[in-house]
Amino acid sequence: MRFFLRRFAFYVFTAWAAITINFFIPRLIPGDPVSALVAGMRGQITSDQIQSLTVLFGLDKHESVWMQYVDYLEQLSHGDLGISFGNFPLPVTSVLASALPWTLLLIGVTTIISFAIGTLLGIVVGWRRGSWLDGLLPVTTFLSSIPYFWLGLIAVSVVTYAGYFLPISGGYDPGLVPSWNLEFIGNAIEHGLLPAITIVVASVGGWLLSMRNMMVTVTAEDYVTVAHAKGLSERRVVMGYAARNALLPSVSGFGMALGLVVGGTFLVEYVFSYPGIGLQMLQAIARHDYPLIQGIFLVVTLAVLAANFLADIAYLALDPRTRKEG
Amino acid sequence: MTTPAAEVVLEAEGLTKHFPVRKRGRAALSREVRVVHAVDDVDLRLLRGQVTSLVGESGSGKSTVARLLAQLYPRTSGDIRLHGEPTPLATARGGRRFRAYCRRVQLIFQDPFASLNPVHNVEYHLTRALRIHGRAGQGKEQLRAALANLLDRVQLTPADRYLSKYPHELSGGQRQRVAIARALAADPEALLADEPVSMLDVSIRLGVLNLLRDLKERLNLAILYITHDIASARYFADTVLVMYAGRMVEGGDSETVTQRPAHPYTRLLVESAPDPDRLTSEAGSLGEAGGAGEAGTAGGVGGAGAPVPGGEPPSLISPPAGCRFHPRCPFVMDKCRTELPPRLQVGDTGEHWAACWLFEGVAA
Amino acid sequence: MTAAATGLTTATPPPDLTGTGGAPRRGRGLRRFLVNGKVTTGLVILLIFAVVAVLGDTIAPYDPSKRSSDILQGPGWKHWFGTTHIGQDIFSQVIVGTRSVMFVGLAAGAVATVVGVVIGVTSGYLSGAAAESLSAISNVFIVIPALPLIIIITNVVPNSGDWTIALVIGCTSWAWGARLLRAQTLSLRRRDFVEAARATGESTWRLIGFEILPNLTAIIASSFIGTVMFAVATEIALAFVGVSGISEWNWGEILFWAQGQQALPQGAWWWFVPAGLCIALFGTALSLVNFGIDEFVNPRLRSNARRSFRAADGRRVRMRVGFTPVVQAPPRGEDNER
Repeated sequence: MRFFLRRFAFYVFTAWAAITINFFIPRLIPGDPVSALVAGMRGQITSDQIQSLTVLFGLDKHESVWMQYVDYLEQLSHGDLGISFGNFPLPVTSVLASALPWTLLLIGVTTIISFAIGTLLGIVVGWRRGSWLDGLLPVTTFLSSIPYFWLGLIAVSVVTYAGYFLPISGGYDPGLVPSWNLEFIGNAIEHGLLPAITIVVASVGGWLLSMRNMMVTVTAEDYVTVAHAKGLSERRVVMGYAARNALLPSVSGFGMALGLVVGGTFLVEYVFSYPGIGLQMLQAIARHDYPLIQGIFLVVTLAVLAANFLADIAYLALDPRTRKEG
Repeated sequence: MTTPAAEVVLEAEGLTKHFPVRKRGRAALSREVRVVHAVDDVDLRLLRGQVTSLVGESGSGKSTVARLLAQLYPRTSGDIRLHGEPTPLATARGGRRFRAYCRRVQLIFQDPFASLNPVHNVEYHLTRALRIHGRAGQGKEQLRAALANLLDRVQLTPADRYLSKYPHELSGGQRQRVAIARALAADPEALLADEPVSMLDVSIRLGVLNLLRDLKERLNLAILYITHDIASARYFADTVLVMYAGRMVEGGDSETVTQRPAHPYTRLLVESAPDPDRLTSEAGSLGEAGGAGEAGTAGGVGGAGAPVPGGEPPSLISPPAGCRFHPRCPFVMDKCRTELPPRLQVGDTGEHWAACWLFEGVAA
Repeated sequence: MTAAATGLTTATPPPDLTGTGGAPRRGRGLRRFLVNGKVTTGLVILLIFAVVAVLGDTIAPYDPSKRSSDILQGPGWKHWFGTTHIGQDIFSQVIVGTRSVMFVGLAAGAVATVVGVVIGVTSGYLSGAAAESLSAISNVFIVIPALPLIIIITNVVPNSGDWTIALVIGCTSWAWGARLLRAQTLSLRRRDFVEAARATGESTWRLIGFEILPNLTAIIASSFIGTVMFAVATEIALAFVGVSGISEWNWGEILFWAQGQQALPQGAWWWFVPAGLCIALFGTALSLVNFGIDEFVNPRLRSNARRSFRAADGRRVRMRVGFTPVVQAPPRGEDNER
């Protein structure tokens, strides 16, 4: 329980830190471009929207920084992230709402798959040391050094050569309207295959290596020898004893790895024009769409924090040492 | 038998150390302060040219006493006097005062492998010790001579062979000798040896103990020998002090304390050492002879017999009231449960004392 | 009692297990480290890249920015890696770009490692509020996703050059190493040799610098390499996305133009393949060196030749590295009892 509370408190603190960083970033932009953009749009936006932008970017020079901060927090609690310049007149929140599910789906599914594959392979390679499987290691190392987006480019060119058997851009066919029918879902999955495969191939290596190292360390421990000596079947020893313990650092490292995965996924979305948050962010940067940039950073960070928190809960369930009281 | 009183080098009076306990959960909100009573009211004296032994089981607080005397952490209360001069509390915090103190009082650790930094060789360890205390001389030649001298004193010769070695290349006994040499580099007056031979092979222990005795005589050191093995205390030490659960329970000449233990806990310790002679005789000696000679007059023994060999030392966070040994003591009386026994004289020489109500009013 | 029993008290020296007499351990260790096949491969590759980076302009066959009439040509004798849409030689671009890549990578790695060491070791050694807050700060930086943050900051800061990029990357990626170092320092601080050095009278700075830090070298080296890998990947990603200010012909920039000029639909695979391969190769080399460090520190991780032997009853028993072999006795018949 204590572990849980401490982690929870930590995440609350980090969320606050993220929000504060988010507050300061736009104020670092030299030359105050936001005011210029807002001025240019005077006639087209309502005064409410002007007000929310003012709070977000500190356009009102008369207010002290502290007051700006308070106003900013207050506005955030209402869920108002301002108006997106590039997708005018859509508010940032609606842009995010349409893009977020795609990214969540992509990252969620690929992370689970690559975690599962990488961990299982890592168990096998770590268990059967000294066999030919060790030859896999240099290969996976090479694969994991490849930048995600480059792998995406390769995938695109392969598919291009092979005659477009998989769609290489977009989240769905341009003609379709997003809805919950089978046709759309099937199409969406089809479009998501290439990006997903890219991410899985690029990230499996990392999981494999860390799992293998942990397996190697764990199998040298005495309790594994005892399990062997007791006469337990190989499978039982591997799964019930060795892997169970070797898994713990992977779970706790999951959160940290997630940050990398998010970054890589953004670039993959860019390559495949997949309509997720990553693509939105990169486009927003190109278009100087500051409200959107700020909103995306905030949402992404909070989402990563939430995922970390879930991973910590999983760790809490897996490792009995954390449940020890006092 | 009585030699002229030797000079008191290091003295502790009423030494107490309480460690604060981190409060968990709901207790964090309460105001009560919980502490681990690691050491309570310890008096001891280290005399020049003599070995004083501190005997106790794990958790009795003896290592804490050593670290307090070495000023590695500050005491909660009590006095420590070096040659009669009290050492201020701030000494433990470091700085020049600490360095001046540790030049005269050095500590040897229990685990010879852990007490040497694995990335530095013997020469580095000893040179640093010499340099810090200003005994490295000027120039390489004098340094080499000083190093050779040190190694020679701990009987690691030829010096050249050992200077370049790393700790993992030495045997346990050699490492402990290097640790002793490092302590000697400061040219101390008092040597605090915290279980110096516990982690060495039994066949090596004698060698290291003999080395310590040899050094004591040649350099006229005052040695505090901490151990859980009362037999080695008898062999090596002049005075034996017994600790239990953070308090001292018995003290006196080593021969007397080990051969005629007074306090029930000491008797337990002595009994626990396997003795082939005793295995043949049936009953424990405690029921009849031995301590009962003095204790017989005090009533309420209630069932003669050896102390319960099992049982565990008490929690130091909330130690039992009165005598801390009373939950395990076969001679427990009502008074033991409520009042802490003071040091009471045992026998007629005045040297031997025990903190046990059994000896109330027994003094000759 | 004199030292009469000298025979007992003089410790007999142990057999010389190390086999090389009194050679300093560090020298021997270094040799053992280098003999590892993985490490040598990695170091050789890195060395090649370093040479290319230093020599850069001089060994490139063409000026990478120079246009020519050989538009979008595939790899051939004249242009080993082919040409771009305006006839620039890709091979030269890759070579010239190496310098920027390595510089930013190493600089960012250095910045991150220094910051990580200072914060990590300090928060591990000290106790109290200062240490706790340092630890909280590093945890915060670990969790916040780095790439979005870096992209945003580099876009926001004006006139970013190589140094700025390196600084930004370094200042956002130090946390991981700091946490590792903090954990190690915490465990080291409790060890007897630190207490013993303190009891000898060492000052705090010497304790941290000479007693604790030397025991952390493997971790520091490993974390440095990891950070360089991350920095290289990140700066290339930045260039790919179009962050301005990175010096010309960074490998990511090559990919940026390739993407922008629709190399893929035109089938000009030679445009982006070399740059990516170089990145992967560089990363692999760094990983190999990292493996070497890991295996050096933790001998259990070494993957050596397998060994098998015949047990007394004729069966083959395979020795698996890291395991104590457990051999089951074959079931005996009744007549074999006695």
